[in-house]
This record gives sequence, structure tokens and C-alpha cells, in this order.
Amino acid sequence: MIRLPDPKRDVLARRDAIVAGLRDLLPEASLISDELRLKPYETDGLSAYRQMPLAVALPETTEQVADVLRFCHRNGVRVVPRGAGTSLSGGALPMEDAVVVGLMKMNRILDIDYADRVATVQAGVTNIGITNAVAGNGFFYAPDPSSQLACMIGGNVNMNSGGAHCLKYGVTANNLLGLKIVTIEGDILDIGGAHLDAAGYDWLGLLTGSEGMLAIVTEVNVRILRAPEGARAMLAAFASNEIAGRCVDAIIASGIIPVALEFMDRPAIHACEAFAHAGYPLDAEAMLIIEVEGSVSEQDDLLDRLKAICQRFDPISLKVSQSPEESAAIWKGRKGAFGAVGRISPDYLCMDGTIPTSRLPEVLRRIGEMSDSYGLKVANIFHAGDGNLHPLIMFDANDPASFHKAEAFGADILRLCVDVGGCLTGEHGVGVEKRDLMPYQFAEHELAQQRAIKSAFDPDWLLNPSKVFPLLDAPAMAQAA
Amino acid sequence: MQTLFTTEQLRDPDIAASNQVLRTCVHCGMCTATCPTFLLMGDELDSPRGRIYLIKDMLETGRPATEAVVRHVDRCLSCLSCMTTCPSGTHYMHLVDHARAYIENTYKRPFAERMLRGVLGGIIPRPWLFRLALMGARVARPFAGAIPGKSMLAQRLRAMLALAPSSVPGPSPVEKPGVHPALGPRKARVALLAGCAQQVLSPSINEATIRLLNRLGVEVVVAQEAGCCGSLNHHMGQHDAAMARARTNIEAWSKQDIDAIIVNASGCGTTIKDYGFMFRNDPLREQAEKVAGLAKDITEYLSSFGYAPTREKPDLTVAYHAACSLQHGQRVTADPKSLLARAGFRVVEPAESHICCGSAGTYNLLQPEIAGQLRARKLGNIKATRPDLVAAGNIGCLTQLAGDGLPVVHTIELLDWMAGGPKPADVP
Repeated sequence: MIRLPDPKRDVLARRDAIVAGLRDLLPEASLISDELRLKPYETDGLSAYRQMPLAVALPETTEQVADVLRFCHRNGVRVVPRGAGTSLSGGALPMEDAVVVGLMKMNRILDIDYADRVATVQAGVTNIGITNAVAGNGFFYAPDPSSQLACMIGGNVNMNSGGAHCLKYGVTANNLLGLKIVTIEGDILDIGGAHLDAAGYDWLGLLTGSEGMLAIVTEVNVRILRAPEGARAMLAAFASNEIAGRCVDAIIASGIIPVALEFMDRPAIHACEAFAHAGYPLDAEAMLIIEVEGSVSEQDDLLDRLKAICQRFDPISLKVSQSPEESAAIWKGRKGAFGAVGRISPDYLCMDGTIPTSRLPEVLRRIGEMSDSYGLKVANIFHAGDGNLHPLIMFDANDPASFHKAEAFGADILRLCVDVGGCLTGEHGVGVEKRDLMPYQFAEHELAQQRAIKSAFDPDWLLNPSKVFPLLDAPAMAQAA
Repeated sequence: MQTLFTTEQLRDPDIAASNQVLRTCVHCGMCTATCPTFLLMGDELDSPRGRIYLIKDMLETGRPATEAVVRHVDRCLSCLSCMTTCPSGTHYMHLVDHARAYIENTYKRPFAERMLRGVLGGIIPRPWLFRLALMGARVARPFAGAIPGKSMLAQRLRAMLALAPSSVPGPSPVEKPGVHPALGPRKARVALLAGCAQQVLSPSINEATIRLLNRLGVEVVVAQEAGCCGSLNHHMGQHDAAMARARTNIEAWSKQDIDAIIVNASGCGTTIKDYGFMFRNDPLREQAEKVAGLAKDITEYLSSFGYAPTREKPDLTVAYHAACSLQHGQRVTADPKSLLARAGFRVVEPAESHICCGSAGTYNLLQPEIAGQLRARKLGNIKATRPDLVAAGNIGCLTQLAGDGLPVVHTIELLDWMAGGPKPADVP
């Protein structure tokens, strides 16, 4: 089980007064403090880790967020921000002495400016909610994490989320123009704005991916793009993971940038097909979803060239989607992949390492060997185009030994990613899950610099303090602050 | 997801079944996004994942239901949108049904609420009683505005009166038990669920169904003794009453030699298709499974059996409103739309078609505030498509969406009209 910092005894002792103080700041339905109703907030998308919070606040406005943070700061109370609670790295895991601040009630689209191609939305708008709001006018918001149906833009900013289509369009950071944030002192600040490139230092870059440790994001200006004229997906089936991996490398090396290049291995293909009925090749060991977009002739040209590349790797089958419905089913399977693994295993840990694409075949082989030696099945589903792996390690949470093995297996995979020149996380964030592996990636002085940034924003380490960095003992903590 | 049941607890077949459901859930949170109450309230506790967690905790500890759990489970519409969304195939319906029965057994609701639920569960399933009650409500309707107060009781009374129709049609002769022979050579023989609330509120739906099926060469039986499907009681946790009604139907239909059981109220269809599960530990199991297997929504049946219009194309745009019990409960999504298109209508689908209109059985009576918000949201989305009329396959939705200027008609009445039947009332 993951270790959390020792709770502040004085905060726990003042629990009732803290709850009463928060009650004065919020509407009745925005504060949860009874044990029974707190329970569903004890975890997020990484349900193996659980911790009951002190209270849950669900503010409806930026001002209420500021009031809550100011109050917590004044009273030395820790705060854990939460969006949709879909984090796979435990980013929203509460702490016993912390107030969870959930942004789910802040789910309004505030403004859409088609002339300048900017949407201004509250942090609790879902990722797909942005696209849905502008799709009628032929626009979309590009980053598309697989949980885009549910995950919220505030969380996307904090994890710098990617997605299948980021191969072409970049991740959240590349599609972000401005933020409204609230600091732990309760100050409301505007960073950047509804225009390209902000004046001065790149605060936006610093805040993106900061995992709720620097400030709470309440509003976001994102770039919206003209939707392409059309898109078509192709399914390419191969006889082994390694062959499919070599094909990915060949596609990237050819200079073609498909809009998406996704990889699934056999267990994943079967689980997702059962959910989406997309016509995935059930006889394949590995499958690539390759999507191109543009005008019909542009699509045809790219698909022809991609087919020619795939042919060099003796594909079992190559199938181009014939209709928008078929494409939708193909993506439904891919986007629901993590949940669909729930059909073949009661629980899974989803890894998120990133590697240079040229090392794909080797890394996939090593993961297969580890799977054998740990005796745990693994399904590989990932953004192959940008080398972002998502091995799903299957285990049974009702069997503690199986969970510990899964954790160790996951850590081995992530160390392997670092060893081949990659990193611990592509898009899910470090959270609590990868926190203790950070020293494998970074030297102590590098971690110290990162902690110093955290301290500059939040000297008392009240905002999401148990995440990202390995826990320090109290004196070291004081020194870091 | 990890569960913490003891071996002793798992000996209870209901707990064992719920444990299976909980073990399928991976807590990914996708379901939250398509849950109507989460959209409105933005609280995990009013989302499927939050409810699953509350129910899990209640069942694991074995404690009686508390007011907090009841509040959040009661707010669930049972629209089952979460089940369509769930990638891991978590059977939320079975879990929440179990929770509702558990609540009914372990929690004492306030007096007024017990009375109301008792009355709803006792009256609506009995057509003659329901007709009487509606006639009373019709008289009281003009005085709805005079009911004072903001209490839940006052809100509910006003909601009930608002939903009462301004006129109550008399009983239709077609719903009496009997056989309606096919016109021409008989190609199939089916039983029709005559139902309960629907035949009182809108007898023309069953009339259109029988007329159209007969014309297509299908003999229609309204079986002696078959009646309410039990879902109304089932959704209020009134387990024994629900099982008794279902048992009566299973026995009545098992005596018949039929090719299908036709359901034209999709809320009922969802429950009848689940009879096999409901009777899984009962001697009647095999018959229940057979009945469940024979049950078909009318549009599902027509799609496979064949349907062809005989009239000229009407110059009308129909907004198809997908009833949750049809789209999520039974996963019948394309059939009604393609049949309406085949009949010659221009079919449009409103935005957010996966979100409930707030009807949800007796939900609009028990949770009028949330139901009202969902109704307004739904009507807004429907009107944005600029339709001439709205079609839906469930009486609850028809009642919920009526009264806002747009004609709201059952799909089958439009199909029957285009195949030679009378023009449905209200159609422009």
C-alpha cells in the first residue's frame, strides 16, 4: 500500500471547526462531511489506493474556490484538487487531513469565439464536452485522452493529457492559451488568455502538468481547430507484437504522420471487440489502428502509402473502414479499452511509460518476458506513434499477493522505459503511483529544483502534497520549503 | 474492483450476484459522464460510480440503509445510460435493483412517503383503479396551483396533478383478453402485453399495435390474466409485489403457443426481458427465461418481420425521442428510426438523445424537481431540431413530454397510420 504523509494531528483535532468554517463559505449541497457520503470520494480511477478525506467541497464558482483555499491556507489544512476522478495515477487520492476540492459543479461553457478559434470553459467541462459544444460549427478540441467522455479539462491541464490524436495535434500544453487559477492563498490570477502566446515568462508551460500542486485551475482558454474534411481508420493485423512494433517504427521513419497510430495486442483486441463490435481481427497477435484525415483524395493517397509499408511486414489482414459508423466503432473499442479489460480481469494497473519508438519491439518483448516471470497477464494498448505505452497489468484485488506482484511488475516496466531513454509518464501523471520511482528518473539535485518550484507557489506544501515527489521526513521537508 | 464480503455473506445468492457486478466495475468513471443526475448536480454521489460505491459499502457492512444512501439511490432514474457507456459491462441494473429491495427491507421511510409509494405501487398497475384515480385527479387538477408549500410532499402532489391528463378515455375493447385474428393467411402468432398505465392513458397505442400486426398477417393474443409486468413495483423496491405480477404473466404466457411477446411500452420490455434473472433462484426459472427470450419491442419485431407503408409520404419531420428503457435497457436504437424513415417521415434526432427526459416510471412523481429540469433540457434539445411532432416508444416519455405545444405520439401509431390506419390525434 502506498505511504501517505503523517496526518496533521492538530487539523484532525479541529475537524468539526474546519467543517463548520467551510459550511459558512459554500452552498449546502457543496459540502460533504459525513463519513458515509465521503466514502465514494476515497479513491479515483486507481481504486487500489484509498484514503478517506476530511471533507469534500464542491464549489460552484471561482470565488468559492478562492474562499475555500484562503480558509484552508489560514488554517493550515491540506487540499486535494479533483476533477472527474478518472486519474489512473491516483492524482486525486485524498489524505486523511485534507479537504478534497472537486470542480465537477463548474461545468459551463463560458464563451466560444470562432473568429479567433478560442473556447473559454470552466474546469469541470469534460474534454468531449468542448468538442460537442463546437462540433455543430465544424470545430473540435484536439487532445483526446481515452477517458475524454468523462475526464475534465481542469484535470487535463494538470496532467498535461495526451490522447490518440496527439501524434498530429500535440498534447494539452500545445492547445492551451490561458488559465484562471486560484493560488493556495486564495488569489485569483489570469495566466495567458484568449490569444496565442502570452506576454512575459511562460507561466502556462510551468502550470501545465503540475498535478494540482501549484494552484487550482478554475477556467481554461483552449484553442479549437477546424475539423478535417474527413477521416478514415485502417486496421492492420500482424502475427506478433514485435512485427507490429517494427511496422510502427517504419511508418514513423517514412515521414508520414498519421493523425493516430494506435497499438493493441491480442488480449486487448479480444476485450475491446467484445465491447465495441468493431470488427477487430480476432486471429491477430497485434493490431494497429492507423487513422488519416483530410480530403478523400488525400486520405486515399496516404492510405495507399501506409498499406504499402504495412505489406512489408506480412500483415494477416489490412482493412480500411468503409463508413463513419465503422470508424466510430473502431474508436469506441480503443477509447473504452481500459474499462473493457474489466471484462477479462477484475482489476488492472495501467502503466504509462514513454519510450523512443525505435525501441518498441525490444520493450514489448521484455514486457512479455516479465509477464511470464511474474505470472500476471498483460494487455498492451497504447499510442504507438509517440511511443506512449499503456501496458495493463491484470490482477485480482481480492488477492493481496497478486496486487503486490502487479505493483512490482509495473515498476519494472517503468524502470525499463527509463533505461531505454524514455520516461515514467506520458500523460497520466506521476500521481502517487509513480512517485517513488522519481529518483530512478531524476538525480537528487534535479528533484530538489522541482521541489523548490512547488515551494515558491505553496510554501507550506498544502496543495496535493503527497503526490509526484517521494515523501521526505519532516526536517528535509522544512529545508525544501 | 476489490470487494470485502465474507464467505458467509457470499452464501446469500443476492449478495453473490451483486458481488459479481461489483467485481466487473473497474471504477474508471466513464459512467459519470452520461448520467443525467451527475450532469445536473456535479456530485460523485449522484453518479453511477458513486452510487455503486455507496451500495457496495451498504452491502459489505450489512448495515441497514441510511437516509444518505436512500437519498442518492432514490435520485437514480434507472435510465441505464451508464450501462450503455460502461466499457467493462457492469450490470448496474441488477445492482441498483438489489439495493432498492434492500432499502425497502431495512429502511423506514417517513409516513407520507410510505403512503405515496404504497398508493403508486397499488393503483397504477391496476387499470380500473388507475382510471378512477385519474378521473379524480382530473377534477382536482385546476386546484393544483392552490397546494401551498415547498415541501417534497407538496411538490409531488402538484407534479401528480400536472401529469394527470385533461380527459380520461374509456376502456378500449381490444384490451380485453381474447384473440385478434390475422387478416388474410396467418403468418405468426404473438401475445401482446396489454400493460397497465398505458392502456388507461392512451388506449390508441394498443389499438394501433393490434391493427397493424393483424394487417401484416399476425394473430394477436391478449392473454387471460396477464397484466402489469411488475416493473413499477420492482423499481420502488417492492420485491414481492413485482415478483407476483411477473409470475402471473409468466404463467399466463406459458400456456400460449406463440412466436413472440410484443411489448409496446419499453419500460415494461426492459423488465420482461429480465424475468430470467429475476427468477434465477425460482422453480419458474426455465419458463421465465423462455418468456424473457420471446419478449420483443414492437419496433424490434416489425424490423425483422417486415413493414411497408401504403400511404403517400407525409410531409412531416419527426423528432425521434429515444426512451431510455429502449435505447439503454434493451439496446434497441436503430429499429424505430429506420421504421419511421421507411414509413416516409423525415427523422431527426435531438442532441443529447442518450439523456433521460425525467419520466423514468414513477420518478417524475417522486423526484419532481430533477424530473422537471430534465424535461426542460430534453424539450429544448427536441425543439432545436424544429420538428412537426415527436415520436417515442414509451408511455412514460409520452406523458412527460406532452403539454408543451408539440404533438407527442407513440412510434407505432405513426407506423400504423402510414400503413393504412387512422391518423393519430394531434398530428398536424
